[in-house]
Amino acid sequence: MHDMTLTELARALEAGEFTSRQLTESLLERIKRLDGELNSFISVTAEQALAAADAADAARARGEAGPLTGLPLALKDIFCTEGVRTSCGSKMLDNFIAPYDANVVEKLKTAGTVSLGKTNMDEFAMGSSNENSYYGPVKNPWDLSAVPGGSSGGSAAAVAAGLVPAALGTDTGGSIRQPAAFCGITGLKPTYGRVSRYGMVAYASSLDQAGPMARTAEDCALLLSAIAGHDLRDSTSVARGVPDYCAELGASLSGLKIGLPKEYFGDGLDPAVESAIREAVKVYESLGATVQEVSLPHTHHAIPAYYVIAPAEASSNLSRYDGVRFGHRCDAPHDLEDLYKRSRAEGFGDEVKRRILIGTHTLSEGFFDAYYKKAQQVRRLIRQDFMDAFEEVDVLMGPSTPTPAFDLGANKDPVSMYLQDIYTIAINLAGIPGISVPAGAVDGRPVGLQILGPHFAESQLLNVAHQFQQVTDWHQQRPAFGKENA
Amino acid sequence: MALEPQDVKRAAHLARLGLDDTDADRYVDDLTRILEMADQLQAVDTDGVAPLAHPLDATQRLRADEVTETDQRERFQRNAPAVENGLYLVPRVVE
Amino acid sequence: MMQWETVIGLEVHVQLATRSKIFSGASTAFGAEPNSQACAVDLGLPGVLPVLNESAVAMAVQFGLGIDAEIPEVSIFDRKNYFYPDLPKGYQTSQMYHPIVGPGEVEITLDDGDTKRIRVHHAHLEEDAGKSLHEDFHGMTGVDLNRAGTPLLEIVSEPDMRSAKEAAAYLKAIHSIVTYLGISDGNMAEGSMRCDVNVSVRPKGQEAFGTRAEIKNVNSFRFVERAIAFEVERQIELLEDGGKVVQETRLYDPDADETRSMRTKEEANDYRYFPCPDLLPVVLDDAYVDHLRSSLPELPAEKRARFQSELGLSAYDAGVLSATRAMADFFEGVKDVCGDAKLAANWVQGEFAGRLNKEGLEIASSPVSATQLGELVARVKDETINGKAAKQVFAALWDGEGDSADAIIEARGLKQVTDSGAIEAMIDQVIADSPVQVAQYRDAEPDKRGKMIGYFVGQVMKASRGTANPQQVNGLLKEKLDALC
Repeated sequence: MHDMTLTELARALEAGEFTSRQLTESLLERIKRLDGELNSFISVTAEQALAAADAADAARARGEAGPLTGLPLALKDIFCTEGVRTSCGSKMLDNFIAPYDANVVEKLKTAGTVSLGKTNMDEFAMGSSNENSYYGPVKNPWDLSAVPGGSSGGSAAAVAAGLVPAALGTDTGGSIRQPAAFCGITGLKPTYGRVSRYGMVAYASSLDQAGPMARTAEDCALLLSAIAGHDLRDSTSVARGVPDYCAELGASLSGLKIGLPKEYFGDGLDPAVESAIREAVKVYESLGATVQEVSLPHTHHAIPAYYVIAPAEASSNLSRYDGVRFGHRCDAPHDLEDLYKRSRAEGFGDEVKRRILIGTHTLSEGFFDAYYKKAQQVRRLIRQDFMDAFEEVDVLMGPSTPTPAFDLGANKDPVSMYLQDIYTIAINLAGIPGISVPAGAVDGRPVGLQILGPHFAESQLLNVAHQFQQVTDWHQQRPAFGKENA
Repeated sequence: MALEPQDVKRAAHLARLGLDDTDADRYVDDLTRILEMADQLQAVDTDGVAPLAHPLDATQRLRADEVTETDQRERFQRNAPAVENGLYLVPRVVE
Repeated sequence: MMQWETVIGLEVHVQLATRSKIFSGASTAFGAEPNSQACAVDLGLPGVLPVLNESAVAMAVQFGLGIDAEIPEVSIFDRKNYFYPDLPKGYQTSQMYHPIVGPGEVEITLDDGDTKRIRVHHAHLEEDAGKSLHEDFHGMTGVDLNRAGTPLLEIVSEPDMRSAKEAAAYLKAIHSIVTYLGISDGNMAEGSMRCDVNVSVRPKGQEAFGTRAEIKNVNSFRFVERAIAFEVERQIELLEDGGKVVQETRLYDPDADETRSMRTKEEANDYRYFPCPDLLPVVLDDAYVDHLRSSLPELPAEKRARFQSELGLSAYDAGVLSATRAMADFFEGVKDVCGDAKLAANWVQGEFAGRLNKEGLEIASSPVSATQLGELVARVKDETINGKAAKQVFAALWDGEGDSADAIIEARGLKQVTDSGAIEAMIDQVIADSPVQVAQYRDAEPDKRGKMIGYFVGQVMKASRGTANPQQVNGLLKEKLDALC
């Protein structure tokens, strides 16, 4: 069961091959057995999962099953889930039991899915390796000495290891696509505003977006159909109809115009990754697509712009963690300043503090124009690059990451870690959707192909990814981890 | 722009992050390099370019003025480190 | 002796009378149990997001239209970042750079009847903070966040006021505009309207402003005047002694009637304003603004002018009767029922206002309605009763001794006697009963007699139990007494 896709599991449940309870028990057992080593979950909610599975089976027995009824999945521990600890990977929220459900959690519950638990992540979604979690690093099931990527590293590793068929992640600068690439799964960052942010602990509000992580584009389509849509509680969510993303999988790619941004194939790109990507592009040509080079001239300004804008927003978003209404509070504060300073110093990890300090500094008097305002101007130029490119081509393709997964502990320096996000970060600044699909491997570590489209082109991206998965088998490969134990 | 230890201390104070001197020195190094990277933005010609705050050119939707929330104090305060008589407690604030 | 000029600017915070908060669906009702009206959004729980209240926007725009201000097409919410226990998110959502209301003007009326225009720099929307309660919780402070997220309109004036009286008049004008518009209850005791006062002094004739002090949270008209008076004196004294005014925040202590410095060590604030990424630009098109403009009620200045030009009231009466919407509505109610604006004005400002004042009541809780008073005044106008009887009827109405003036007049037999035969008979009786007074009258110089007639009038009125028409009594008495001379 643990090797099956969501779509396959849905068919099997429908056919009565097994019940949601059997499936849930089997996966919970697998998590128990394997996750000690992997560390992909922060909280496993077995009891709630079994209750939800029973409810799903009962609904099916009554003939009330929907397309997602009884399907197990996991949630990045950034989504508030009522009655369950929602830690965001931080000591600050280690004791926080969310009193409400995030919009996406509500939607997934209504759809009848079964959440197995909350997955590990970089603290407050700040990181590209999952090494910044208060709950310890996650390992990459393809190679336990490698990182799974971040910040949705727990979700990616859990799916790759067959602990769960799909998971939700969030992506602020690549946090769905990069771990998806590192772990050999499919991950979609939707258009900003496509999925509600309500109940998703904020990192950088103008960049954050939730999305599905699964084995196939088809599974991502199934999940996106369930979580997308306008939410009256999120002012930045977009009032726009949600297509049936699964129904749109099947269009021919004949005549599809693919652009290869030349900046995504330059210095710093691992040649082995490059050749895997170029092979993938050839597959598309064989499917009838045409390929041309395009330019996104402001690409190299995306990382600096991001590391001004995201920390600035974060510094403000994280001010609410003050030890007063929830979260960590230091022992016996002797005055108000002490309460604030010690609670926050103890509750936040190193990378979070770094970004709060950077954001506070760049927003402060005398620096605002040079940093924040400038970064927002550059942000407009970056978005314009994409809009110009999409005048010429339908989608853009390139590597999701410059290298395959790196070793745990390999990137000690924050700036070199930031540079890992070179191909993913501009997409968040522009607000466009992007998907990473497995497209090869280097020394046993997966390579991800990133496909980008204009705002609200999720249907097209999912189909373009799906067609690739109809003629390749990278997405079907499974790591050795967990196999011999199966 | 060069960063001095007092810049880090000032930011830490504004952000109410307790830092000892060793921390502060370490952050000066890290932050200096991050800001050096951010300084690359200065090379971009942005004359006449309007800042972009949101990726979509959308406008604010307004909510009907209706009371939709009920009292959930007890539930919310289960997460609070210190409450009494329904109030959140903090060390004495001196005006 | 150097002549000093006072320069005053006001920042008035008005709580808008929305049902729910500016960014959440929690109630704004005053006086609830602590934190029972602080919802997930107000508490700044992880993951929550703000959505803007349409009434808060409409009310802000109505205020802007009420002071003839520009209404910019786009306004933007910014975050003002600072830590304080009553500020749950660690930032206040406000409007720093693109406020919802642009420059406008408010006309104030001074005691001598002169008017002056005070420029409003802008007005912006923001969320209120909670309250810190400093009673002793084992040496801790308690935080109540019920008020957090209540919509505020902050109205920032130009430094156009030159005296404490002008400042108080400006505050009254703002109060009257917001209550007319119905966008705030204007209840200063409950903090619905709060005021920060910027005060400086400069030598008369000097162009440059002096260094100003900001007096925080002055919460009544009277305190505004007194706080300014104290502060001006303090600054002048300081300067004349060769000292310097320090730019600082001060607090007015009404008990001591003085202002004092709020913080000894002035902390450098750096609020790090930046556009709130959770809220999008608010765009108001012309149709929306025009719609609000067309539904704007008549405002105090217009009402005052109409009371003078159409109803023929004096400037003073028009000013008093238009000062609050409640007063104006009551007066117009009385006028419409009795059909005589001047009589209505006299009664509302006289008997009615006097009684309210004596009992310490607001118009809203008056036991006599505008219709009841109007009916009473109508009976004065058509001479069914005389003024003296009318006062009795009013008192009876106030005490609930009857539903209408007519019922009370009927029950008490207060109908005015205008039958001259009946009045003559009473006069004859009084003259017959008062031989001494008649003799004095006869012996008096003719120019003194006018005064002496009062005694006889009193006696006749007494005999008629107040119902005789006083003019008739006067005339007939004079005839009869003079005939005796």
